[in-house]
Amino acid sequence: MRWMWIDRIVELVPRERLVAIKNVSLAEEHLHDHFAAAEGRGALPIMPASLIIEGMAQTAGILVGHAEGFAEKVILAKVGLAELEREVTPGQTLRYTAVVRQMDRMGASTEGTVEVMDHARGGVFEKIGRVDLMFSHLDQNMSGEKFPEHNFVFGESFKTVLAMSGVAWG
Amino acid sequence: MTRDEIFGKVRDVLVDALAVDDDEVTPTATLTGDLGAESIDFLDIVFKLEQAFGFKIGQGELFPDNVQQDPKYVKDGKVTPEGIAALKARLPHADFSKLEADPQISKVGGIFTVESIVRFCEKKLGAAAVR
Repeated sequence: MRWMWIDRIVELVPRERLVAIKNVSLAEEHLHDHFAAAEGRGALPIMPASLIIEGMAQTAGILVGHAEGFAEKVILAKVGLAELEREVTPGQTLRYTAVVRQMDRMGASTEGTVEVMDHARGGVFEKIGRVDLMFSHLDQNMSGEKFPEHNFVFGESFKTVLAMSGVAWG
Repeated sequence: MTRDEIFGKVRDVLVDALAVDDDEVTPTATLTGDLGAESIDFLDIVFKLEQAFGFKIGQGELFPDNVQQDPKYVKDGKVTPEGIAALKARLPHADFSKLEADPQISKVGGIFTVESIVRFCEKKLGAAAVR
């Protein structure tokens, strides 16, 4: 199963914006591996920045894929910008907001805002960064390479998230 | 818009898309050779030019669209004269002088210099003004 780095879609305006959340949990093993225990201190469980970028990629990728009824193989092609100003730790909730900047037959570019909510500090989302991405519609790529027929990008894991969030497939 | 203003905007787009320095973006610099552009950067450049200038660029209008995969246009790793003619017809803004001298398929990227992008934008803006 493909790892999902979002838990739920909370808002979708087709072809415009998609908002998703992820609850960061102490039970996630990768948090402990990221800054593993060293001599003299225990593990520092921190959500890896690379996985925050992946969370935004999944958020924006669903937004772009949804626009064409998930017929296109939407591949993350470029991370144009990724700025994160604060560390995210267990017990906090991440909120990803992806907005389409441009979209055509070849692909799309998106702007993304990353926010975090600390349940112990008033439960208000605060902006901690920005992740701008570019996606390619793989079958429309300029090199003319051929790829498998079936859409291997939007598999069962994505369908599950959509279904749990009440978003119709296609 | 003057040619210098167009060049300035093209330079800003390339600096942003390819993470190069201002002074690397000279008129004769090639996108793939001198500025390190990869295939996926072309879509990024198209998107950023559209935003900077406010015009729409059609698929295959600025950069070639699958010409290299056509066996009629590529033979033994080289672009055939028919292939060069087809590229020229589709991409009048590009610079074919080096490719004509050495038509290896790997050299196709060299037809896109900064100057050729400026020329393309100039033509697009001119067409928009006439309309």
